[in-house]
Amino acid sequence: MNLLNHTPILILALPLLAAFLIPIIGKINKKATGIFATLVLGLSLILTIILAVKILSVGPQIYVFGAKSPLLTLPSSLKFPIRIMFQVDAMGIFMGLITALVSFLGAIYSLAFIDKKDGLDSYYSLLLLLTVSMFGMEFTGDLFNFFVFLEIASMASVSLICYRGTDLGEPVEAGFKYMVVSSIAALMVLFAIGIFYGEYDVLNIAAIASVIKYSQLDKIALGILVSVLAMKAGAVPMHMWTPDAYSEAPAPITMILVAASQASLYAIFRVVFSLYNITLNTLAVGWIIIIFGLLSMFIGVTMAIIQKDIKRLMAYHAISQTGYMLLGVGVGLAVLANPTALQRYGITAMEGGIFHIMNHAMYKGLLFLTAGALFFRTGTRDLNKMGGLAHYMKYTTIFFIIGAAAIAGLPPFNGFASKLLIYESVYKFNPLLSIIAMVVSILTLASFVKVFHSAFLGPKLPQFIEVKEVPRSMVFAMAVLSFIIIFFGLFPDLIVKNLVHPAVMSLIEQFKYTSTVLGGM
Amino acid sequence: MIGNFPYITVIIYIGCGIYILMFQKNLIKLAIGINLIENGINLFLITLGFKKGAVAPIYTQAPSGQSMVLPTPQALTLTSIVIGVATTALILSMAMMIYKHYGSIEVNEVRRLRG
Repeated sequence: MNLLNHTPILILALPLLAAFLIPIIGKINKKATGIFATLVLGLSLILTIILAVKILSVGPQIYVFGAKSPLLTLPSSLKFPIRIMFQVDAMGIFMGLITALVSFLGAIYSLAFIDKKDGLDSYYSLLLLLTVSMFGMEFTGDLFNFFVFLEIASMASVSLICYRGTDLGEPVEAGFKYMVVSSIAALMVLFAIGIFYGEYDVLNIAAIASVIKYSQLDKIALGILVSVLAMKAGAVPMHMWTPDAYSEAPAPITMILVAASQASLYAIFRVVFSLYNITLNTLAVGWIIIIFGLLSMFIGVTMAIIQKDIKRLMAYHAISQTGYMLLGVGVGLAVLANPTALQRYGITAMEGGIFHIMNHAMYKGLLFLTAGALFFRTGTRDLNKMGGLAHYMKYTTIFFIIGAAAIAGLPPFNGFASKLLIYESVYKFNPLLSIIAMVVSILTLASFVKVFHSAFLGPKLPQFIEVKEVPRSMVFAMAVLSFIIIFFGLFPDLIVKNLVHPAVMSLIEQFKYTSTVLGGM
Repeated sequence: MIGNFPYITVIIYIGCGIYILMFQKNLIKLAIGINLIENGINLFLITLGFKKGAVAPIYTQAPSGQSMVLPTPQALTLTSIVIGVATTALILSMAMMIYKHYGSIEVNEVRRLRG
């Protein structure tokens, strides 16, 4: 009985248990709920780091539910796995680290940010549930289990988007849109799972991957899965819910929602690489993903330039940055069947795309938190009404500059590291794509210069004379993110070699993924 | 041919649901559309598990030699029904809150967020 074998489930079980304890704690003391949630998420973060160290040094970890031993994947006399299992490889734990960090910082930021007294317990309960469901989507090795976590994620995030809905109409409108989109997405995922089950009689991803034939039905399932998961990830042309939901949710929730969208993005990669891999027509599917990426990059940034609402502007930038990840990984997929091209630039492109996921979660989270800080003190999100705030909020200004420089891809911040990887490798694949990516980056910088100018610069305005720096817990959350951004920007090699490269290899080498469950078949 | 009827029903259900979601303007009707899609998919799952002449998979009571159905699709359907109830409740409660704030549940009038 080794407790270390149970880390994958403990990462989920602790926040899940805490989510249902919080309403009881809320009956005794409202303030204690936030501190309790933060502590549990901190514990979860520590466990995730322990698991990450173990996975990166030993190899993928398995956790089978209901078996005599958590490592027993195949019951005796059976050729295929029947139990639900978690299968955490380098890619899964990479996403898990993002989730753990973002939700922990989100909870810390919420301690001061959520000042509404009633509903505090349900807020933290839902935040924990959202975290659990994101972990679940990233760790699970079972398709139906993935669907269940997808539904939990959409319900928890919708309720959190509507958190201010008791006083205002707009959050509920945004939440309704997101709910319709995500229930259709989840139901279509279930339909695709039904197709797989009807064809192969198993639900385990590794078991399906070992027998998949890329028949007509598999093509239908692939089309459904990629399009609806791209919808959940907020890629153009299915992006209409993103600006509404991101701008109306409370700022810490927006940061976590970005990570939740990335969990859907991860699911696309998992489906394409681990489930189908070389069996599909990689060039065609790769180009479809690249085109999704190009559209997202370009339409996202052009829509962002004309926005006046600060969070809406940042939400359109989130769409645009999702395009970079799709572009990088799409190029990797397009050359998957071609070993020389894969070695020459395919792996680098994927490293850029995957590294950008983590960088995006950090700097976009930081930017949304600064927008939240501005809203917290000024009570408005309209850029035309702000001005001269650098006089009153010194820390927030510095954090905003760091975030804006990172998203625009200026050295020495982390956005530069991953964007450079993408530019270099995509240029070898198709120079035009790389040039478009650079133009989008310049437009991003232009748009953030506008925000910086209209919100922070200028003379002191009379209506903001009482504005002061935000409380300490909010500054702490932003400072941690800024530190990570600078650290990743200064030592990108360290992260790419130790964290990103194993993740990319675990996506590319499908054999490793299936053999951890089926044992070298 | 007759064995394919359930699948045709599934297509009709999902088609009706998607039609409602695309062309209806009332928020309650959107909830009905989502429910129709969900019913279609539940029917699809339960049809996949059907096996002619097989008995329920109760290991101790099955007559020897008779084939049993695999219980997985039924378990999936039950889970999906439970999730569907929760989704519907959430959508309807949000429609209620929208009516409280906007005084209408027509899509054309619930349009403060744009651009």
